[in-house]
Amino acid sequence: MSYNKPLPKLDPLTTPFWEHARRNILALQTCRACNDAHLPPSPVCPKCLSTDQDWKPASGRGVLEAYAEFHRAYWPGFNDDIPYSSAIVRLEEGPLMATNLVGDTTNARVGKAVEVIFDIVSPELALPKFRLASDD
Amino acid sequence: MSAAELLRNKVSVVGVGNTAYGNFPEIDEYGLAASAFRNALEDSGLDKQQVDGLLVCRIPSYVRMGEVLGLDPRWTMTLPGHGRMAGMAIIEAAMALVTGQAKYVALMYANIGRSRRVNYGGDEIPSFWDPWGFTSPGGAHAMMFQRHMDMYGTTTRQLAEVSVAFRHHACLNPDAVMKKPITIDDHEAARRIVAPLGLLDYCLINDGAVCIILTTNDRAKDCRKAPVQISGIGARDEYRESNIALYTTDFRYAAVSEVGKSAYEMAGVTTSDIDALMCYDNFSPTVLFTLEGLGFCPRGEAGRFVENGTLKLGGRLPTNTDGGHLSNSYMQGWALNIEAVRQLRGECGKRQVADCDIVQYAQATPCTRSIIYTRA
Repeated sequence: MSYNKPLPKLDPLTTPFWEHARRNILALQTCRACNDAHLPPSPVCPKCLSTDQDWKPASGRGVLEAYAEFHRAYWPGFNDDIPYSSAIVRLEEGPLMATNLVGDTTNARVGKAVEVIFDIVSPELALPKFRLASDD
Repeated sequence: MSAAELLRNKVSVVGVGNTAYGNFPEIDEYGLAASAFRNALEDSGLDKQQVDGLLVCRIPSYVRMGEVLGLDPRWTMTLPGHGRMAGMAIIEAAMALVTGQAKYVALMYANIGRSRRVNYGGDEIPSFWDPWGFTSPGGAHAMMFQRHMDMYGTTTRQLAEVSVAFRHHACLNPDAVMKKPITIDDHEAARRIVAPLGLLDYCLINDGAVCIILTTNDRAKDCRKAPVQISGIGARDEYRESNIALYTTDFRYAAVSEVGKSAYEMAGVTTSDIDALMCYDNFSPTVLFTLEGLGFCPRGEAGRFVENGTLKLGGRLPTNTDGGHLSNSYMQGWALNIEAVRQLRGECGKRQVADCDIVQYAQATPCTRSIIYTRA
């Protein structure tokens, strides 16, 4: 069966994020002038307004900021998944990221260390997701 | 001159009106708003042609609205249908009045989301996070409440106090959509939507409209009813970290604290003077976060603060005495402002707060606002 969950909306700003993800790299748009990292990408650096933006790999580490469980499917593609876990992670580089928590989540708690893994959902799409860090 | 000096006790609400609330597929925004306007005009005793300022919110065209009402105002403003514009609209209209741009401003809000089946998630509000299945305002608030639970030990049974109190008020409000009393156990047993939140933590979606007429205090004394004046205001917008829509890491504590402090100082009151609170309740956790930010309880303790009916009529802080967005009507802050006015006029019948002299409206949203109302 073909993949029927929402696909990334690709545009000149967001395409590099998804191209990196396909190569299993979590990358953040990062300002060459002031080193601020931001997500989603922005036409100028929200901190210093520079247009000189680069993409840099993130550490893939962060802390669990919040989590919740969706019991409603807002897209038909999630009908068979509900209830499914959703999470917000504070990346080490600063930005918040909405994602999914995978693996054993019984010890999930706000503030716990998490690390990225890639869910290869199709040949074209890998989704960066997170699991509780093994050394935490 | 500061906004406080310009606006303190200078502008009053002189007319309020609303439609019935429900499902009205045969009426559009203009029909609903016109009905609310007629009611507010009657309430004020003004003649239609005295209205020379027009503000519309969640109404597609200000031109069509003016055409429908037969108005050629001197001042017009339009605001989008976001759940945070009521406080901004009232403050902007007050500024237009004190600067002489208009003498009587009618503010109108209409919502047809129920009959037109507006969906607050999925493809109707696309975002960068859709591929992960994260969507909806309720999703963001579920995240925040789980964070509050983990950080402070808040429980869903404590959260239930908000929904139970507001439903109790709705049962005393003839206009309210929801009329069946609920208990804490009902709240716990309700279907989960995005856990930890369930159905009774979510606002209603219904059609309806609200109109508020404002004028300067010198003109207000000639209107039909006792004027209710704006004594304090506060404002803070937060856009920098809004990449996850409506999610905020500090429960808007800093913004709400600042806004509350500003409004209290301008009005010359403190939290202990507030006789009733009208608190933006898109989702029940927002009420807990607002109580902490305003300083009604210490940070992290709103769960304990609301236990045992604190927010109910007769409790320590009667809140959303019309039933709020959870049980009266989803008028995105607008109905809460007319309830503030009606409480200060003593018009609320079975849900009237005794000795009601000072009422506060607060919206903890990306555009946080508070307004303190008193009798002129």
